[in-house]
Amino acid sequence: MRSTGDRVLPFLIVLPSVIAVGVFVYGFIAWTVFASLTNWNSFAPDFSFAGLRNYINLFDTPRFLIDLHNTGVFTLAFLIGCLAIGLLLAILLDQRLRGEAIFRNVFLFPMSISFIVSGTAWQWLLNPSTGVNLLLESVGLGALRSAWYTEPRIAIYSVVIAAVWQMSGFTMAMYLAGLRGISDELREAARVDGASEVQLYRRVILPMLRPVTVSAVIVLGHISLKIFDLVFAMTGSGPAFSTDVPGIFMFETTFRGNRFAEGAAIAVVMLVMVAVVVVPYLIYGAREEADA
Amino acid sequence: MRLRAGRLALYAVLITMMLFYLMPIYVLVNNGLKSFKEVSLSRMWVPPQRVTLESFASAARRLAPNLWNSVMLVVPAAIVSSFVGSINGYILAKWPFRGAGVIFPLLLFGMFIPYQSVLIPLVRMLQWAGHLFSLRLYGSIAGLALVHIVYGIPITTLIFRNYYATVPTAVIEAARVDGAGLGRVYRDIVLPLSVPAFVVVIIWQVTQIWNEFLFAVTITSNPAQQPVQVALQNLAGSQIVEWNVQMAGALLAALPTLLVYVFLGRYFLRGLLAGSLKG
Repeated sequence: MRSTGDRVLPFLIVLPSVIAVGVFVYGFIAWTVFASLTNWNSFAPDFSFAGLRNYINLFDTPRFLIDLHNTGVFTLAFLIGCLAIGLLLAILLDQRLRGEAIFRNVFLFPMSISFIVSGTAWQWLLNPSTGVNLLLESVGLGALRSAWYTEPRIAIYSVVIAAVWQMSGFTMAMYLAGLRGISDELREAARVDGASEVQLYRRVILPMLRPVTVSAVIVLGHISLKIFDLVFAMTGSGPAFSTDVPGIFMFETTFRGNRFAEGAAIAVVMLVMVAVVVVPYLIYGAREEADA
Repeated sequence: MRLRAGRLALYAVLITMMLFYLMPIYVLVNNGLKSFKEVSLSRMWVPPQRVTLESFASAARRLAPNLWNSVMLVVPAAIVSSFVGSINGYILAKWPFRGAGVIFPLLLFGMFIPYQSVLIPLVRMLQWAGHLFSLRLYGSIAGLALVHIVYGIPITTLIFRNYYATVPTAVIEAARVDGAGLGRVYRDIVLPLSVPAFVVVIIWQVTQIWNEFLFAVTITSNPAQQPVQVALQNLAGSQIVEWNVQMAGALLAALPTLLVYVFLGRYFLRGLLAGSLKG
């Protein structure tokens, strides 16, 4: 029943987008990989082949090793913070409360503002001479005062606090959507079988939320591996690079230092980190759809 | 009795958490409403004795051109990328061609990449386009809009494709039996059904593009052409601007997307979940 035009036309309509993404994503990535293998480390382009020298130098640079360590610490703490708070809030909101919509909206609003705005606000809130420290003192918890991002050993956790503030509501929304998808019949059946509320959650509901957790880890994980704006606005590199991340290092190397090949190498390392998390997820999603 | 105590504890936890989430906004509003004379680090949490809009006026004067740049960036970019996504999503959902199953995940990957990995060639290409075709793309809002449209293709296509997958194929088959082609089916049947998806996608794109920083800071180096997030970063990082003005500025830069969220939060949430969950 389909004419030839019907078969070719759909492809032609999508073609401009395919070409645009082909060039701007895949072509540019290829170009960045190429640039990372050259000697282009001054303002004037120099495309002579350098082999892996930029990568070898990079993994010899203390700042980059600190960045990788910071990214690991940040990602782990950020994931744990968002998943724990997100799940807790979702379960609490799932208890048929009055005013649920108000709570939900307040927990979620930070998602709608930029990392630059939240970085600006949290920079003041975690400024050791004011903000949260003042608040702690005034409620008699002065012992919990902290130097926050001015203390190299804990500085990265200050950024984690801001990031969890911004993204935990989103995690809550994902879990809440998952909880709403679990039927009341199932809960009733578990209760009739004599399960307590705690057992109901531990044995029945939490296992059913596992796919949500996987999605949340992918989404939050890829955000934290490439985090840039929040750190840039809130602390920058921090004392002794204690809040430095590859995104900041790449930006400064490339656009402040004009060391393009080295900047490209950092970018490629970032891409590989994100791809390791995301590509299996995309392949899995595509397979599942093909089976359906 | 135990039940009531449990409920009370539940509300206590939720209200404490709510205060934590509202803390940054309170600080921005509270200190933004103070005059320079009254603002002080030790009185950050104390409400202003005399409410004044001085700080907001001063921040607005500094940020007004950049706020306008952001509007000029966001409106066309959000509208164009929504239409591109709608057309792609329609084809992929209802007129699948051979290879579509491969193209779709390849498109999607584009929304996860760290943009650092395309930034160097992107800047070069925008500069070359300037030299070769005398197009002012590098350093201009038009160039930035183009960038957001291209990198918006994956997410807008995803949301529309998933939305159109819920439109019964029988409706479209019926129209085709009546002789309607691909274009007429889109115009007469699919587009009129698309309003909810357009609302979701436009809100999502407006929020994303308004808040975006990395492309903006690398592509627009001239302060007169910079969107508001870049201007805010310059303002907040400045040693000479009073911090009550910085806080007022942060609130001004956040206000448009905050208002979108307050009035259209339902759709915002849908975009959020569409971007993270399949189907």
